[in-house]
Amino acid sequence: MALAIAFYLLAGVTLGAGFGVVSSRNPVHSVLFLILSFFSAAGLFVTLGAEFLAMLLVVVYVGAVAVLFLFVVMMLDVDFAALRQGFARYLPLGGLVAGILAVEMIVVASTVATQGATKNAPMVHGDVSNIESIGRVLYTDYVYFFQAAGLVLLVAMIGAIVLTLRHKPGVRRQVIMDQVAREPKTGMRIVQIKSGEGIDQ
Amino acid sequence: MIIGLTHYLAVAAILFTIGVFGIFVNRKNIIVILMSIELILLAVNINLVAFSVYLHNVVGQIFAMFVLTVAAAEAAVGLAILVTFFRNRGDIAVDDVSVMKG
Repeated sequence: MALAIAFYLLAGVTLGAGFGVVSSRNPVHSVLFLILSFFSAAGLFVTLGAEFLAMLLVVVYVGAVAVLFLFVVMMLDVDFAALRQGFARYLPLGGLVAGILAVEMIVVASTVATQGATKNAPMVHGDVSNIESIGRVLYTDYVYFFQAAGLVLLVAMIGAIVLTLRHKPGVRRQVIMDQVAREPKTGMRIVQIKSGEGIDQ
Repeated sequence: MIIGLTHYLAVAAILFTIGVFGIFVNRKNIIVILMSIELILLAVNINLVAFSVYLHNVVGQIFAMFVLTVAAAEAAVGLAILVTFFRNRGDIAVDDVSVMKG
């Protein structure tokens, strides 16, 4: 009973916040709704018994991705009202397509759930914890995929840096090679100064 | 009142639909489109985890982790492209994105 209440509460918040993401006027509100949606989806994962993925969702999405979105939205100085035009124009078609898609997917999903391989399958939590069972599979059978996922993140990181890094002209930067190659001969200059005159640099 | 697999699949289906709807109605606002893609990937993750739990096979959760990885990478690169585009053009109207070609 408590699980059912928790499920309906979390599912309602997830879907309501998801709708808020796509329909709010201010993109900052969209990002905040996105955070709420991810957070309650993490709650849904907990009700399923997938605690590790729930924590991962909170850390990765709420902690990193949503904050990244928030930074970008606040950094870009864009007239978001102009970007909203066409909302009403696409609303009927979008609503129609979305409605048909939702009905189809729910019908298919409920058929799969009640007739397919999961027919009458109960939700069972084994005697090993969620993290342990994931770790046993992830670091043995899927270790190459795990490495590949790390590579994907590395490439994304390098790509994001390459795309956004910009050297401003006129800014003095540290050139390590010049510093290392510096000798008394190049770093020092002996100047004879006549008395009464300053140094001309 | 027993919560079964159907309930989770229905939530995922509706969330996926909301994401598609968001892409439809926010044609000009690329930031909201990226957020809608995140919602769609979240719906996929809910599906994977629900099936993983009800089929007693942890591989679904492993795959959900990989989806999460790709989603994070996609958000990072997408937003980086967006920032670069904004620096070059001064706004983020998606209609002019074809100038990026070549």
